[in-house]
Amino acid sequence: MKNKNIKFVQGNEVCVEGALYAGLDFFAGYPITPSTEIAELLSYRLPQKGGKFIQMEDEIASMCAIIGASLTGSKVMTATSGPGFSLMQEALGYAIMAEIPCVIVNVQRGGPSTGIPTHVSQGDVNQARWGTHGDHAIVTITASNHQDVFETTVDAFNISETYRTPVILLYDEILGHMRERLLMPEPGELPLVERLRTSVREGVDYHPYLPREDGRLPMSDFGGVHRYNVTGLFHDMWGFPSDNPKIVHGLLRHLVDKIQNNVNQIARYKEYFLEDAECILISYGSSARSANHVVVSRRPRGERLGLLELQTLWPFPYDLVREKCANAKYIVVVEMNMGQIMQEVRKAVDQPEKVFLANRIDGVFITPTNIRDILRLIQGKGV
Amino acid sequence: MAKPKLKAHVINREWCKGCGICVHFCPKNVLELDDTDKVFAARRSDCICCKMCELRCPDLAIEIETEQDD
Amino acid sequence: MAIKDFIRERFFPHIWCPGCGHGIVLNSLLRAIEKLGMSKNEIVVISGIGCSSRISGYVDFHTLHTIHGRALAFATGVKMSLPELNVIVPMGDGDALAIGGNHFIHAARRNIDLTAIVMNNRIYGMTGGQYSPLSGYGILATTAPYMNIDYAFDTVELATAAGASFVARSTTYHVQQLTKILRQAILHEGFSVVEVLSQCPTYFGRKNRAGSAVDMMEYFKNHTTPIGSKAKKDHPDLIERGVFVEKEMSEYCSEYDKIIEKAMKGRT
Repeated sequence: MKNKNIKFVQGNEVCVEGALYAGLDFFAGYPITPSTEIAELLSYRLPQKGGKFIQMEDEIASMCAIIGASLTGSKVMTATSGPGFSLMQEALGYAIMAEIPCVIVNVQRGGPSTGIPTHVSQGDVNQARWGTHGDHAIVTITASNHQDVFETTVDAFNISETYRTPVILLYDEILGHMRERLLMPEPGELPLVERLRTSVREGVDYHPYLPREDGRLPMSDFGGVHRYNVTGLFHDMWGFPSDNPKIVHGLLRHLVDKIQNNVNQIARYKEYFLEDAECILISYGSSARSANHVVVSRRPRGERLGLLELQTLWPFPYDLVREKCANAKYIVVVEMNMGQIMQEVRKAVDQPEKVFLANRIDGVFITPTNIRDILRLIQGKGV
Repeated sequence: MAKPKLKAHVINREWCKGCGICVHFCPKNVLELDDTDKVFAARRSDCICCKMCELRCPDLAIEIETEQDD
Repeated sequence: MAIKDFIRERFFPHIWCPGCGHGIVLNSLLRAIEKLGMSKNEIVVISGIGCSSRISGYVDFHTLHTIHGRALAFATGVKMSLPELNVIVPMGDGDALAIGGNHFIHAARRNIDLTAIVMNNRIYGMTGGQYSPLSGYGILATTAPYMNIDYAFDTVELATAAGASFVARSTTYHVQQLTKILRQAILHEGFSVVEVLSQCPTYFGRKNRAGSAVDMMEYFKNHTTPIGSKAKKDHPDLIERGVFVEKEMSEYCSEYDKIIEKAMKGRT
């Protein structure tokens, strides 16, 4: 029987489906390869549910517009790639400081600069972490197949609402443009986190920036009964600027701690054959597909290979990686950059010298053969 | 409409920064700065309640109360 | 309601220098809003960065103090997401027309219902007196110690050319006109631009020997004239004040509502 919930779609389309499932109300964006299909599709789909789409004059404006819309109570998203993601960094920092729930999709392409727009790369991992200035924490998640793209997109909205933080969805060109099967979850099948609104009544002092005991900050929509201030300056619990050292210290700690103290809640990952693995591959995004192929195809030949697929890249799950890799002889990070996650894995494990890199940085997708060749080199077997 | 009758020049000395805008532009020369550079109504009876001082004050520091305001 | 009901009194006296024109803009804006009889909950004030932008912290509305130059982009998101809000965007000259110039022309082009106030004191005050795109040729600034060789934008012409459906100019001297124009601008459905010539005695005035705040306001009094006045014909250098553009045009959010209607047709 034909299942109408099964679709054969591009990753960018899956991202759109996931966002709509999560309750997206407002999207602002600017065309850029390889993420443009997200904007195109949402310009069609959002008004059908009474949502709003706007093509802004650039990516800076797009990021600013979604922050504004989020303050009125909307679930918001923007999508971009490479240069556009660079332009968004200042406003991304604003969203961190002002604690605005929002989702930013970066369908990565090769850089720096205009780079290689139509080809794959995973070179923005560290930019996602440290692209905006100043100390801060950030959530960045990714996936390697369309079913997971759907789920991580929904999760991005949930995390952004839970922690009042921007969440970066770090996909890549292969995921964005590849077509594969998606089984659309039924409504209610995946949990959704809705905006937590204050129960403080009109006339009673509302503190927009005073966390509850569980760390969450209930919001009041612009247009509602509580008039308060939102600023990118360090601010007190009413949202008014302050340079009081205690307030500055306390706010920065809060912004970082609310993410770092919840690494385990935020961490998404998948593992394959790790129990007895001598050699553990660590990968994420589309490169995890090739890594998985290597593991699955070599296992029957008795090679004790395993795969740890990271879906949450930031906050980096150091403890998880250390535990999973404790008994491995080799750890090989498979990624399409010059070792951005490998550096983090080296920080995480007890013996950094057993961490190797299997990468490609030429705009071409890393294949299982590429990974196998590197594994032979590491094991001293030659190519 | 009857001419408004002056009740008081309400001056917020905490907010007044002594810029002298109200003093200079008063059409009846009612206002002056005191020796601490705060405005005061030196010639109160000359006031015609045009309220230009109130409208031009950058510090919201002066208000002309008239009997009509009640 | 008295204008004091529209401010956050605990933050006064404000941070602006003695005689700063921005305080007068605040004063006029509050009076304009007072006359509208709107609920404070319906008003959002969104600003960028600079001396001018501090205005948002002083008013008791929903206030959003954003990043340099981008206030109109934030405002576009707020307005489009919740069009029933009245969104007022006070900006400085550098904020609106240097770093924010692109957002300014595009907001005008869309004719989205925002009220943009350009508080033009021809200088960057917060950073200590650098030239702005409205300083003009021949002006001295800390970054133009010999002389500024940039020509200035004409805010009114720029806004008009970009498609704003309400464009006006006044000064901090002409407070009654300013209050009236601000009220009209807020009520206008579409993108409104109000340029206010404002004085910065501390940096612009001192650098350019323009005198005190009072002297600078005397200058506004003597060097401006109502639009189309006889004085303008005799003295073409006078700067015109008044409402230059006021036209009915379809507004962006209303147009988008029609898109929603079209998209929903046959789907429910």
